[in-house]
Amino acid sequence: MKIAVCIKQVPDASTVRFDKEKGTLVREGVESVINPFDYNAIEAGLALKDQVGGEVSVLTMGPPQAQDAIREAISLGVDNGIVVSDRAFAGADTLATTYTLAKAINKLGAFDLVICGKQAVDGDTAQVGPGLAVRLGIPCVTCVDDLEVLEDGRKLRLKRMCEQGYDIVEVELPALITVLASLNIPRVPSLKGKMRAKKADIPMLSAEDIGAETSKVGLAGSPTQVATTTVPTFDAKREMLEGEPEEQVDALIGKLKEAGIL
Amino acid sequence: MSKVNYFLTEEQEMIVDLTRQITEEKIIPVRAELDRNEEFPWDIMKDLAQADLFALYIPEEYGGLGGGTMENCLAVEQLARGCIAVTTTFAASALGGYPILLFGTDEQKQKYLPDVAAGKKLVAFGLTEANAGSDAAGIQCTAVEDGDYWVLNGTKQWITSGGEAEIYTIIAMTDRNKGARGATAFIVEKGDEGFSFGKKEKKMGLRASSTRELVFNDCRIPKDRILGRRGQGFIIAMRTLDLARPGIGAIGVGLAQAALDESVKYARQRVQFGQPIISFQAIQHMLADMATSIEAARALVYAVARTIDAGEKNFSKLSAMAKLFPTDVAMKVTTDAVQILGGYGYMQDYPVEKMMRDAKILQIYEGTNQIQRNVIGQALNKEYAKEG
Repeated sequence: MKIAVCIKQVPDASTVRFDKEKGTLVREGVESVINPFDYNAIEAGLALKDQVGGEVSVLTMGPPQAQDAIREAISLGVDNGIVVSDRAFAGADTLATTYTLAKAINKLGAFDLVICGKQAVDGDTAQVGPGLAVRLGIPCVTCVDDLEVLEDGRKLRLKRMCEQGYDIVEVELPALITVLASLNIPRVPSLKGKMRAKKADIPMLSAEDIGAETSKVGLAGSPTQVATTTVPTFDAKREMLEGEPEEQVDALIGKLKEAGIL
Repeated sequence: MSKVNYFLTEEQEMIVDLTRQITEEKIIPVRAELDRNEEFPWDIMKDLAQADLFALYIPEEYGGLGGGTMENCLAVEQLARGCIAVTTTFAASALGGYPILLFGTDEQKQKYLPDVAAGKKLVAFGLTEANAGSDAAGIQCTAVEDGDYWVLNGTKQWITSGGEAEIYTIIAMTDRNKGARGATAFIVEKGDEGFSFGKKEKKMGLRASSTRELVFNDCRIPKDRILGRRGQGFIIAMRTLDLARPGIGAIGVGLAQAALDESVKYARQRVQFGQPIISFQAIQHMLADMATSIEAARALVYAVARTIDAGEKNFSKLSAMAKLFPTDVAMKVTTDAVQILGGYGYMQDYPVEKMMRDAKILQIYEGTNQIQRNVIGQALNKEYAKEG
């Protein structure tokens, strides 16, 4: 099975600080790490390879230092990886990101399965996986919590978590899935993997290399504009009702009507 | 943090990073539960196998990474910061594997070491018996030749990973009247006819490690399972222990470091008499002694490990020192850590009481620290006699 795993470098949540006046993240001095859900995506790819054989490639769009994320993925056991990197990619929203990633994946060749984490913990959109599937013209199953290979790897049976429960879905490959943290426990790197990662040649592909139109990438290709970012305020109130249960119910109904809820 | 520069190679730094990551992500979150339930840490052994750590000390031709004593020490030091029951389970497999590595034939190495390196099989070392502890020459377990077989009888006691390991290196008497020169080493496999496991011990510390009896009742093993020559068993055991002892010292360093880390963290937070207790000289001096003795122990372990890796043949005295000092330091430091944490330190909600319970075994197993002093003292006597 030929598997591509899309990952993203995000700020390390344990070292992040906020600029309270501007309401933004302080990026200076913050280490970058692989998005937590993406470890589950990598593990899903490696576990499938262990089970049915094949090759796991990993790709990311980001600045040149995103090579560190690829090296870490190689230390975990993926076969190879690339960084799609170009100044023109800066400021990309999910529309531009999925365009860029789809171009890169098509450049790399045909894959049986593309795996993404459910969402990145910095933007929290959960749009890149599904958007990428549309761009690639393949089916998409999001929020995968369990996975089984059917028909020698031509099909997958997936448990997709929903708000009210779960669906069991069968999908023919090629397909794209996004995975939850509950799918697996990511493995630790190996010494041989770490040594291989250190020496690995990690190609950097530019917009030109993947044949992307500059009007569709980065800020230029992004209709989304973030106007402001604010910290939410919590103005919830608490009130204890007293008296017999019947009186409390009457009082509660009165208050809910007053608040326009009933 | 100012740190001594031990001039580690890039590969050695990788070993440190990797084992530290495993300790933080896989060992520390479960150590209290493993201890409470006396649960064998199979999940962590699988993680260590996946990380290639069982391959560390095994030559490349047998599927290993070809590392030496230093690499092994660096790995166990970091793992010991998490839990020394887990670390001992890992290190015991090397202890059991050394006799095959040092004295096995090429066929024996080809047969056993690749699975050991891949972490598919654990090895256990069987020397101790009920009446043969420090006095290993008092072994009563016997092996008798019978055609194409050796027949083993007797019981080994307190064998680390007994019942869990697949491969056992066993020392048994083949010529009782020759004393220590009548001992021979053998490889026994789990499932061999007449080989079974006795009771699992309940221990003060090191509770996640399995410590069990091995029972040989007319256990028949093929002739080619002999390790080295007949009568070489005692030498094999001593060489194995010599090679393993710096690793025990490294476990002591890691454990003591973990106890210091907890102590400093606590002393900076705990407020009494209106200030953090680290501002009191009584606490500062304890912490200073702990930190200094740990660094001295680490420097000794690394220096001896490197001496062994550089090819020194006569290192019994040095490896005894590298076991003795760091493990005494570990006992002292973990005891002081409990003292600094006071009542909290005595409670199971904090990790230092387990560290103190666990530390005690380091002064006992793989040769008590009294035996280490004997080894060092006897070597001094010999060395100075030569100088005349």
